[in-house]
Amino acid sequence: MTVSKDTIKRYSIRLGDDAVVLGHRLSEWCSSGPFLEEDLALTNVALDFIGRARMFYGYAAELADDGSTEDTYAYTRDNREFTNLLIHELKNGDFAFTMARQYFIDVYSLAYMEALQNSSDETLAAVADKAVKESRYHLRRSHDWMLRLGDGTEESRSRMQRAVDDLWGYTPEMFEMDALEQELADAGIGVDAAALRDDWEQTVHATLVEATLEVPEGDWAVNGGRQGMHTEALGHMLSDMQFVQRAYPGLQW
Amino acid sequence: MADPAIIPALPAEEYERRERRVNSSLQSLWDLLDAVKDPEIPAVSLWEMGILQDIAMQGDRVIVTITPTYSGCPAMTVMAEDVLQALADAGYADSEVVTRLSPAWSTSWMSEEAQDKLREYGIAPPGQGGGNEPVEVLCPRCHSDEVRRLSEFGSTACKALYQCSACGEPFDHFKPI
Ligand SMILES: [Zn+2]
Repeated sequence: MTVSKDTIKRYSIRLGDDAVVLGHRLSEWCSSGPFLEEDLALTNVALDFIGRARMFYGYAAELADDGSTEDTYAYTRDNREFTNLLIHELKNGDFAFTMARQYFIDVYSLAYMEALQNSSDETLAAVADKAVKESRYHLRRSHDWMLRLGDGTEESRSRMQRAVDDLWGYTPEMFEMDALEQELADAGIGVDAAALRDDWEQTVHATLVEATLEVPEGDWAVNGGRQGMHTEALGHMLSDMQFVQRAYPGLQW
Repeated sequence: MADPAIIPALPAEEYERRERRVNSSLQSLWDLLDAVKDPEIPAVSLWEMGILQDIAMQGDRVIVTITPTYSGCPAMTVMAEDVLQALADAGYADSEVVTRLSPAWSTSWMSEEAQDKLREYGIAPPGQGGGNEPVEVLCPRCHSDEVRRLSEFGSTACKALYQCSACGEPFDHFKPI
């Protein structure tokens, strides 16, 4: 059974959406980081994700072959057309919230990209090859911050615990599979995200314990991102991110 | 123990890259592009960085293949422009830069000479191992190993920020990937 180009295109857009939305969120820290080195780190990680988005979007545009470019996907689609997992779009909150979100995503993203390296689609596998190398450094840093803030002062610990609690219900969505992703996983092109869940939970639990944090009960979960159903945060973010291209369509500099 | 008479093996991709240059019929173009430096580290050329992958001709058209270092590296656009400019200055008005993602770039493609140049420029080099394996980082100024990492990310995504405890020098370490 062959998978249609359109299906692979939509998949590549999903992965691009995850990356561009998180990349933009991280870029919002530029000049607001807690100290200079951390400001640089946040924006460098932002760049890696924006670069990742460009590769996925670029591939989608190539498959679409309809005049679309990477910018078409990033700057001219509305809220409901974005298909990122919700955890990427949440407001940055405080530094603890940003780092807890980053840690949850880094553990997931590294495993996901390692699996995508085995894709029978050469371009997706090549993008994953690059992403894996970068994700290892992202994870090293976000993991350090989990320990440092969790096992830190009373203030940092309570903030980190609150961040973990507030984020927890957004993590199950990362492992949900819909028909499109199942078709691609069965064809050896996409990743079976559901299969990554046990390892993710084990790794994250161990870190939370090491950081003297409590593992949340997991009694709530939100989803809908892959279907274009978003939190109110995304629309506000896009109005900022897309402003220039909306006001001056096609502008280049 | 490794036999000291045996030259350490290059990564296969790097061996092939050097073979492509040695066996190319376009030597003058390879030499010409030696003048194109990494815009963020002007001490080393795109060739020495392992970024310049191949040069080919299609009729009058020069096709240059490069591989990105980091996915979001803003220097990649500048590098492509610099390559086109160098070719245009030499009379090749019609050229194209193609980006190739696979195999993914590795710091192990940097030659020993390139690593020495980084050190002279004040950047602790990534070593020859590649991967994401930590390497011993020495202060590029006083060569002390009494150094500490201040941040996983330095002035660019490819570098981490360190400080030397012996001489006080803050410096970038080019991370192995
Ligand atoms: Zn020193």
